Amino acid sequence: MPVTQHITPADGDVLVLVGTMKGAFIFRSPAGRGEWEMGGPYFPGSAVYAMAYDGRAGRQRIWAGPHSMHWGGLLRWSDDFGRNWTNPEEANVKFPEGTGAALQQIWQIRPGRDSEPDTLYCGVEPAALFVSRDAGGTWSLNEGLWNHPQRERWVPGGGGMCMHTILPDPADPQRMRIAVSTAGMYVTEDGGATWRPSNHGVRADFLPDKHPEFGQCVHKVAQSPQRPERMFLQNHWGLYRTDDRGETWIDVANGVPSDFGFCLSIHPRDPDTAWIVPLESDGFRCTPEGKLRVYRTSDAGNSWQPLGDGLPQQDAYETVLRDALAVDVLDPVGVYFGTRSGKVFESANGGESWSALADGLPPVVSVKTAIAGNGEA
Amino acid sequence: MALTFMIPGPLRELAVNRGEVQVDGPAQSVSDALGLLWRQCPALRDRVITERGDLRPHVNIFVDGESIRYSGGFATPVRDGAEIFILPAVSGG
Repeated sequence: MPVTQHITPADGDVLVLVGTMKGAFIFRSPAGRGEWEMGGPYFPGSAVYAMAYDGRAGRQRIWAGPHSMHWGGLLRWSDDFGRNWTNPEEANVKFPEGTGAALQQIWQIRPGRDSEPDTLYCGVEPAALFVSRDAGGTWSLNEGLWNHPQRERWVPGGGGMCMHTILPDPADPQRMRIAVSTAGMYVTEDGGATWRPSNHGVRADFLPDKHPEFGQCVHKVAQSPQRPERMFLQNHWGLYRTDDRGETWIDVANGVPSDFGFCLSIHPRDPDTAWIVPLESDGFRCTPEGKLRVYRTSDAGNSWQPLGDGLPQQDAYETVLRDALAVDVLDPVGVYFGTRSGKVFESANGGESWSALADGLPPVVSVKTAIAGNGEA
Repeated sequence: MALTFMIPGPLRELAVNRGEVQVDGPAQSVSDALGLLWRQCPALRDRVITERGDLRPHVNIFVDGESIRYSGGFATPVRDGAEIFILPAVSGG
């Protein structure tokens, strides 16, 4: 097994949590974001599709959902930036007897709202939502969604039938939106007891009915923390915005080379600004024209600007997966993404210019950010 | 009945760093034998079988050299003194 390097972040350092098909890595830099060092690999050999930082209630806890092809998956955490990880005796996220299901992959770990500091959410494959109310000590299946009558008609996308997006509404403790490939989005307004599909305006180009009630292949949704009614959505064909908390979606693929892609992030303070990485077709799924470009809108999707300074612009047929793009909370905003070819790039100026953090990691499937000691980024 | 489980490297830290675990008790089948193993090393259970009770698809169990996938699965009989290997399959990439 490889030798694991460790990092010792100081309060205020930027952390970039990178999950790959063969383990996890943690990058750190002072807030200026010019002096990076890398910790890892953690869980070498295991796929890490989900990572998160929980800085609530005085914690500085990094979560990961490593999944070994041989030995299965579970949630593990570290309170010392990766030096030590829990390894629970019993798998902490598993389907109850009687469901007939077995965990395939952990796709998303989402700390709850600041008002519920001991609540965490976890999205898994087969598509289901797990909830913890004791800071991750114990987890339980959300039965309301699992027993939804439409669930039997959900089908897996290319990555499996995964719950990849969990958006607790920051202004309404009873409301939460989730997204599943391929089921589309569902929303609860009663704290998870009941759920309804919420995909109005989102296309399903791969079905005879292009606008079904559910069944869309939503790839990623990002919600503005400042203005929760504003969200952006990267679909399997289609780029959308909502201004009414997701009740209706409008197409904002204005001037992008392709409206196909996976990843998407929104600015932590400016609800008009978001970043995507368009990919060519759903057959090729690589960056168009051999150029690796992030696209940014600063006007709510009315226009998108290519950002490629410092990124490969020749023979760069890259893929950035649905969770592999993230932003930090600093000013100017830092933007980070990883590719299936194992490259990680960072920009400390909102994407105006880029530099490489790593080149040669295993395929990157997840990128998250945090500020050490200061809560989730 | 005494049985010996051979524990693969990645799981040994969950078996008090042992490569071999001796179990003793009544066991007619692999299922019974695994029950004895879980009692000694409870953390091994969820790594070897799923919550549905199935052997994980990329894990193999051999009893006296024969894979239980071809000898009756968890119902495979075990004899006193049997050696039971838990091994990761060659899967990977």
